[in-house]
This record gives sequence, C-alpha cells and structure tokens, in this order.
Amino acid sequence: MILVEHAAILLIAFPLLGAFITPIVGRVNSLFRDTWVITVLAFTELLAVLLGYDVLQNGISVYTLGARLPALTSPSGIPVRIILEVDAMNAFISVIVSSIALVVVWYCLGFMNQSRVLDKLYTLILLLLTGMLGLTLTGDLFNLFVFLEVVSISSAALIAFYVHRGESLEAAFKYMVLSSIGALMVLFAVALIYGQYNLLSMAAVADKIQNTFLDEVAMVLLISAFLLKAGSVPAHMWKPDAYGEAPAPVAVLLLTSALVCLYVLFRIIFTVFNPATPLLGWVLAILGVSSIFLGVSMALIQNNLSRLIAYSAIAEIGFILLGTGSGLIEAPYLSMVGFNAISGGVFHILNDVLDLGLLFLAAGAVFYLTGERDLNRMGGLGHTQPLLAVFFLVGIFAVSGLPPFNGFASKMMIYESVYVFNPLLAIIGILGSILMLAVFVKVFFSIFLGVSPAKGHGKLPKSMLAGMGVLVLLIILIGLFPALVVDYLISPAVNALINSQNYIGGVL
Amino acid sequence: MNGMSKIVKVTACILIIPGIVFGLYIIMHGHLTPGGGFQGGAVIATISALFIIAYADEIRGVLDKDILSLMESMALIAFISLAFLGLSTTFFHNFLVNGGGLFGNPVSGINPGDLNTGGVIPLMNLAVGLEVYSALSLIVVVMYFGSKQEVLEDVN
Amino acid sequence: MLIDLPFLAVVVLLALGVYAVVFRHNLIKIVMGVHILGSGVNLFLISLGYREGGVAPIFTHAPKLEMVLPTPQALTLTSIVINLAVVALMLSLIMLIYKRYKSLDSRDRRLMG
Repeated sequence: MILVEHAAILLIAFPLLGAFITPIVGRVNSLFRDTWVITVLAFTELLAVLLGYDVLQNGISVYTLGARLPALTSPSGIPVRIILEVDAMNAFISVIVSSIALVVVWYCLGFMNQSRVLDKLYTLILLLLTGMLGLTLTGDLFNLFVFLEVVSISSAALIAFYVHRGESLEAAFKYMVLSSIGALMVLFAVALIYGQYNLLSMAAVADKIQNTFLDEVAMVLLISAFLLKAGSVPAHMWKPDAYGEAPAPVAVLLLTSALVCLYVLFRIIFTVFNPATPLLGWVLAILGVSSIFLGVSMALIQNNLSRLIAYSAIAEIGFILLGTGSGLIEAPYLSMVGFNAISGGVFHILNDVLDLGLLFLAAGAVFYLTGERDLNRMGGLGHTQPLLAVFFLVGIFAVSGLPPFNGFASKMMIYESVYVFNPLLAIIGILGSILMLAVFVKVFFSIFLGVSPAKGHGKLPKSMLAGMGVLVLLIILIGLFPALVVDYLISPAVNALINSQNYIGGVL
Repeated sequence: MNGMSKIVKVTACILIIPGIVFGLYIIMHGHLTPGGGFQGGAVIATISALFIIAYADEIRGVLDKDILSLMESMALIAFISLAFLGLSTTFFHNFLVNGGGLFGNPVSGINPGDLNTGGVIPLMNLAVGLEVYSALSLIVVVMYFGSKQEVLEDVN
Repeated sequence: MLIDLPFLAVVVLLALGVYAVVFRHNLIKIVMGVHILGSGVNLFLISLGYREGGVAPIFTHAPKLEMVLPTPQALTLTSIVINLAVVALMLSLIMLIYKRYKSLDSRDRRLMG
C-alpha cells in the first residue's frame, strides 16, 4: 500500500505542507482553517499509527529520499542520501507526538477562540510538529541539527505568543539563546564525527565508530546539548520561564519536544556510540536524581501555577533519566533488571506527557476561567467547575504515581530496578514522588477548594473539556492495563533501542 | 519621514534592474555554480532594503506585508509540491533529470555548464529564491515599521 | 603548519562567541556572540572538507577532478541559512523587549529562572 510505503516521509512532509497552506486557508474564514488544521493533524496521526503498526509487524522500515526505491539506501556501499529509519522506538515516539499535537490543537479551538492571530499560531504549531517528527524519524546526524533548529525557532516564536507581555518575550529570548547554543554544539559534534568517518548516516557511523578521544568529545557535546534541550538539571533554567509564560497548549507541545529530545539522547547513546563504560549510566542517573530533587523542591515554593507545573516537569524528566541511566550502567549486556529500568524510563516518556499535559491543559482552563496565574489569588473553583476539578485531581494522582493511574506503573518499574543498582537513588526518587503529591495537593486546595470565587463562573468550551477528557481516559486506561502497554509497545521499543545491530542492519 | 534625497531615490530605482537580473542569474545557475535560491533571493531582497532606506515611509504601499507573506507561503508550497511530485518513486525524487525536455539534458563529469540540466533542481531553486526574497523582505519591512509603531501585532 | 590556521581561527571565534554570550549584558551583543559561535562552527565544517590541492567542487569547466569535499559546504550553507533565521528571530524579540522595557540590558529583567 502506497501510504504505508511512504508513511515515514509523509509524516514529516504533510504537516509541513499543511503549515504553509494554513495562512492561505485562514484568509477564507476561521471555520475552514480550523477544519483544515484538524484534518492535517488527524491524517498525520493516522499515518503515524499505520507506520507504527507496519513497523511492529515487519520490523525496521527505511526510507531513502530521492532514491529510485525507498529501500535503496546505499547504491555504492556508502549511504550518501538522506535516510529516515523507523524502528519500534521511533514509531512509538512519533505516535505519541502526533496524538498529543491533535489533542492540543483540539483544545486550542476553544482556548484561543478570541485571539486574532490564530493563523500564525496554527502554522507555528504545525511547524513545531514537523520539527519534532523529523527529529524522531531521521536517520541522519545533520538532519538532526536541522530539525532541532526547526523545533527551536518555532517553539521560541510560540513562547512569545503573548507579545504584549514582557515576560514571555524574555522567556522566548532566553530559550532561543540557549537552544541555538545547544544546536551549535550538535553541529560541532556532527562536524567532529564527519571529519573522522566522512559519514553522516547514524547507522553507518554506528557501524564504523572507534570511540576515539574525538568521538568521546563529540558524544559529550551531543549529550549535553540534548540534555539542555530536554531541560535536565544543570541546564534547567529556561524551562520554568518558557513553560510558565507560553500559552498552556503550547507548554504541552514544548514538553513533548523536550521528551523527543530525550529520545534522541537515548538514540545517540544506545545506537550511535554504544558505550561500554558504566560511567555514562551513573552520570545520567545522578543527573536524573538531582533533577527530581531540584524540580520538586523548587516546585514547593512557587506561586505561579504554570511555573510550578514546569518545575515538576523537570522532576519528571529526572525520573526518565534515572530509569534509563540505571539501565545503562550495565549496558551493553543487560540483565532483566537493567531491561526493566530502561523500559520504565521509556514507559515514563508516555506517562509523563499524558500526566503533565493534562495538568498544563487544566492550568490553561483555570487561566481561561479566572485570568489568574497566581495561586494565592484563586480559590473555590471546584464549586462551579466540578468536572475540571476531577480532571485536575486525576492529573495530580497520575503525576505523583498513585496506584490506579498510569504514573504508578512506570514509576514502580523504575523504583524496583533502580533499587537493585543503588537503594539510595531509588529512595530519593520515591521521596521526590511523595513531595510532588504534597505540592500538588496544596495546589488543588488553593485552586478548587475554599470559599466560592468572585471569578470563574463561565463555562468551559466543549473542545477544551474534550481535549482534557481524552487525556484522562488514556491515563486511566494505561493505569488499569499497564501490562498490555508494556508487552505490546514498550518492550519492542526498548528492544529496538538496545539492539543497535538491528538499526545498523536496516541501512547497511 | 520622507526618505532621502532625490538622487538616492532615483539611483535606487535604477538599481532595481541590475539587482533583480543579478539575483535571477544566481538563482537560475544554482545547479551549475555556487549560488542558488537562497543566495539569489537574498540579493533581490537587498533591493527591498535599499528601497526602505531610500524611500522610508513611502514604501508602505509598495512592499505590502500581506502580499509578501502570501508569496512566501506560495513559494514554499511550490517547493514542497515539487518534492511531492516525485512521490511515485520516492519523495524528492528528481523525476525530470536525464529525460530530455525541460531541464532534462543528461550531463556527467566536467561539462560546459548548460542551463537546461539538473531536472527539478532549477525549479526548486526558483521556488526557494522567491521564498527567500519574500521572507527576507518581510523581515526587513516588519522590522522597519515595527521599530516605529508603539505596538507591533506580530513578529512572524 | 599553514593548514592548521583555519582551526586556530575556529578556536578564536568560538572563544569570542562564548565570551560575548557569557559576559556581555547587552542583548544585541549576546546575539552577536551566538552568531560568532555559529560562524566558528561553520568555518570548522568548511576546513574539515579541505583536501590538499583540491579545487572547488564545481563540475562546470573544472580544471581537474581533484576536488575538496562538497558535503561540508552543503552543510555549511544550510547552517548559514538556519543561523540567519535564528538571528532574525532573536533580533525581532529584542525589538519587542526594547519596546516593553526601554532597555537592552540583560540585568533589567523580571524573570529569574
């Protein structure tokens, strides 16, 4: 079927085409434009699901741009063309990204209804989606840099969406400076690799890599750049600003892009460099633990709702790094425990985006109703908005890892396996989770309970409720049947991640 | 503000023709020599910048933001459509090359630099050139007017 | 010896860029720092592609077939275009920031991230 054969490139090209058509369609009228954007996103989602199903059934799928056949990667023995390589891990991430984009834009339809510059907003969202999908699917180191910059530029413009607020401009500027420095580090590392091997394809580099000193420099540069973009601890300072000042739906997309950067980090570590030293695992695990600690303790003292959720997003990134880092300690020969640790980390990517996405969207709904960001000036919203209160509560329980919800499943996997490597790390993680519950219970009280509010009697648009409802449904379903998700999605993804020979074999 | 003296204005007008011709030359030879869509587009966009310097506010009706951004979208759509047209084999497949006809002359190794080679690459260069011209002009125009207005609606 | 010269220039450019980004307080100088960093990386890419005695990789009327590597040049072009977009966006943000705060000093800010 032609759609499946070309699904990998269409996933990138179609949102890009959609992005450029949106301003033209927007001239006609807003209903037509909304329909167009939703159609593009739904089609992208369909492609991602088709591609994912195909990859799970038939193994790695490779797409060579401009070749006579999509699978003709190296006609002269060297892969010279741009290659997209999709295995179970990529496909998993691309399904997450495209679904979140669909939910977010559906939510936006209600959230942004009074704004005049929606054409630009949707164009930028589609561009950001293009960048994230490109970052996910590409098999080429240089394109990694290009798509990283696409993500940076479109998200900086999205952070500055409220141009009349000085703070959002500052946040966008800070984000742009940091992420362009990060991207230049990626480019420098790519140059170092290209200078040694004359190759840019990730699979071919992984095949040839010698782990010389220069390779290690390149690896450190790449890892620090993507940790910066993901917002782990030493470079977390842009995150609360950017997430706090962007519109709520945009914050969800930024969160997704941070997780995509984490995926790229894992791909680079596991596939391209495939290091045999446990040091890297320890570094990641300790960075993860410090992210958890710092994120949670900074969240305790915040008064601004979005900034608070942003700090807990830093902590959640920490959980992913902790799980995967602990697994990496015993790479390349993983035991069951190490496999479980990495699975927990990868599973937590999915849960993180669902839980924090729900919280950000709920915070956006609170802002929509009251126009407030300051927690001290809110209260009693639960009397008028019971449904929103329930959604928020589900988000809180899921993000702090309470049993019937999805956060519990992945965090349990992480704790169990990390405890084997180092009990102290696991205990700090559990403590962080408990503190997060304390933080969010405080938040819940100050927003939804107490005396009836002066503001907030309006009705939430249906599309906002639907957007949050989908996330709640997914959270509960994954929380009830985590074993199914782990067996059918996570394990193939982790297997694809840790067996770099399969990835190399897909191209060479 | 009424811009600069008459001499500067007239010189700017005269420079349109060589500017555009040189830009188009760079765009159309993109597949043969250094240059291409981006560089040629940037050369043409300097004409816009020159006009803003010479004419200042009088430019308002000539370089219109809406038209420029429409042109930008159109050019990008043209570029991606060319890539989509190769989809019967693969995305970005050069379906015109070596087939004779428009830009289809086969060529290999050291060559005298015939213009009608390169397949879809010259067409893509044209699209990119138009896109870069309109995008850069848009940036210059928005920055110029934006630096004067109190409130700017949108940067992009 | 002479062949190392570009790499020394790369080091100088990168050091200048890092200095401007880290120690300067003027927002426009920070953008200049980012751009200088970008130029340093671009120069690094270009110098990597150099081969002794090679000509520019253009087949039109080429004097010989020994050429420097074309791929780094293509990469550099792409990266120049991207740098342009980044700088344009950052300058527009600075314009808006200046309108809002009437200052270009990075110490006059409200967010303390």
